[in-house]
Amino acid sequence: MTQRKPFSWGSPLTYTLALAVAAVSIAPVVYVIVGGFRTTPQIVANPAGLPDPWVWDNYARVLTQSDFWGQAFNSAVIALGTTVAVVALGVSAAYVLARYTFRGREALYTFFTLGLLFPAGAAILPLYLMLRDLNLTNSYYAVILPQVAFSLPLTIVILRPFLSAIPRELEDAAAIDGTGKLGFLWRITLPLSKPALVTVGVLAFVASWNAFLLPLLVLSDVNLHTLPLGVQNFSSQYTSDTAGILAFTSLAMLPALVFFTFAEKQIVGGLQGAVKG
Amino acid sequence: MTATKSVSLAGGVSTSPAGSRSRAAEKRRKWYEIIGLTTPAIAVYVMFVLVPMGFAVYYSLYRWRGVGPPTQFVGFDNYVLAFQDPIFIDALRNNAIIVVGSLLVQGPIALGVALLLNRRFRGRTVFRLLVFVPYVLAEVTVGIMWKLILTDGGTVDALLKSLGLGGLTQAWLADLDVVIWTLLFVLTWKYVGFAIILLLAGLSNVPSELTEAAAIDGAGWWQIQRHITIPLLGPTIRIWMFLSIIGSLQVFDVIWVTSVPAVRSLGASGTMATYMVDNGFFARLWGYGNAVAVILFVISFVAALLFQRFLLRRDIEGAITGRVG
Repeated sequence: MTQRKPFSWGSPLTYTLALAVAAVSIAPVVYVIVGGFRTTPQIVANPAGLPDPWVWDNYARVLTQSDFWGQAFNSAVIALGTTVAVVALGVSAAYVLARYTFRGREALYTFFTLGLLFPAGAAILPLYLMLRDLNLTNSYYAVILPQVAFSLPLTIVILRPFLSAIPRELEDAAAIDGTGKLGFLWRITLPLSKPALVTVGVLAFVASWNAFLLPLLVLSDVNLHTLPLGVQNFSSQYTSDTAGILAFTSLAMLPALVFFTFAEKQIVGGLQGAVKG
Repeated sequence: MTATKSVSLAGGVSTSPAGSRSRAAEKRRKWYEIIGLTTPAIAVYVMFVLVPMGFAVYYSLYRWRGVGPPTQFVGFDNYVLAFQDPIFIDALRNNAIIVVGSLLVQGPIALGVALLLNRRFRGRTVFRLLVFVPYVLAEVTVGIMWKLILTDGGTVDALLKSLGLGGLTQAWLADLDVVIWTLLFVLTWKYVGFAIILLLAGLSNVPSELTEAAAIDGAGWWQIQRHITIPLLGPTIRIWMFLSIIGSLQVFDVIWVTSVPAVRSLGASGTMATYMVDNGFFARLWGYGNAVAVILFVISFVAALLFQRFLLRRDIEGAITGRVG
């Protein structure tokens, strides 16, 4: 073992194994996307075959005739609303927990971390009843507000150590310059903690974008349906249109895949940061 | 307070009357800031996580169809009914299969893949990216995808036939004895990437000095993993186990989408969560559904506490996180 080089060509065995693992991970995804270019009779005749000929019709049909765009819009509004609110509320609370000393601070922190142990899904029925009684069902808020609550514990747990790590000297220097704690939060902490904010934002966005159970219960109005509900409905409504379902499913997962390739570092980094604690 | 007599940076001595007044003002201001900054988060959290949980306990004591306030108090009847319903017992069994199966199947696979992808080789980043793909896909998408692939005479069956293994074809999602194992497979495919992410994070914390020193002493790759790396991964593995158990107890989306209601209603594939939504929300047995919610909650909570008490202990220190899955 002399100097280690940053990268080297691994052994053929390493590559074979890595390729096999990667194939298992993405083969079904590729199958769905490619299947969207076939016709249903083609699929029935030979489920594992390739498109022959390639048809664009399924994708065109989903994009022009289904509710895909409306549902994508709803998903985007809800996910963005959730993300903005989680980050705003989470950073405020985490800032207090990180940089103020007061009685009951650790109790408050524990109170939030309990949310990580709580199965949020278990409270979904009373949550629905409460939203119904508040006349909030069938609105974006019915999804956004509970999702913010579900995401807060993780957000605070990730942000707190990050905000604590900002050097005390910076705060003292700011205080001498006449900047109070709030000014320090706004002008120095927020810009400095951008990477951590992006991480928690991305995690909240993905969780919201993929959410199914909560929207299923609180959004009965089809005009408010999100993409996961749309995919589920499309597949149960047009059971015989296998090619159409494949195309709809592909289009629904495309945003998540694109988002993931851009935000992979934040997602993975966030989860890893969470483990390192 | 005044007894401390500290000399502040501004040069004043804090025992002077003016000093103590401004100090009091400062203290008040500090509390305004604390309250102002934390109240929104506390309010949302209490309102949408804690209050509903309290209501679940209350509703669970009533027979209630969800119209008007609950009036027919039945005590713990709903709980008794749940434990007498064979379909609920099946749901408990299915949850147990998923909890244990996920640990036993995902753990070794994730460890193997993480060790593999922790080796230095060209293209490693791309492989890591591909392995994580299932984890970011929506549960619904994954469910529908596998439903289509596993359908009778579908892709899996066709592949098996073309390999000359036609005898192995099954009614993957309809055979009452097979469906839970099929679902376990789908869940494994979906969530093993999460375990890999966590383990790779743990691996990146293993000091390379240790492994290099061992290599200089002539230890082989496997010996290094076996005696140095894997033991050091202990805390990460335990945190993953914890998250996996909690997630498995609550699993809903994939089960709901992949297995048809008829199969679920026979108990072959349902979990506590699908049972709760089927009975509470769709059958409008609100009191009963809430009792199931409380049972699900208590089981998860007890599992979490036991696990923390006996396995996590020191690892936990601000680190039980990532309950994203």
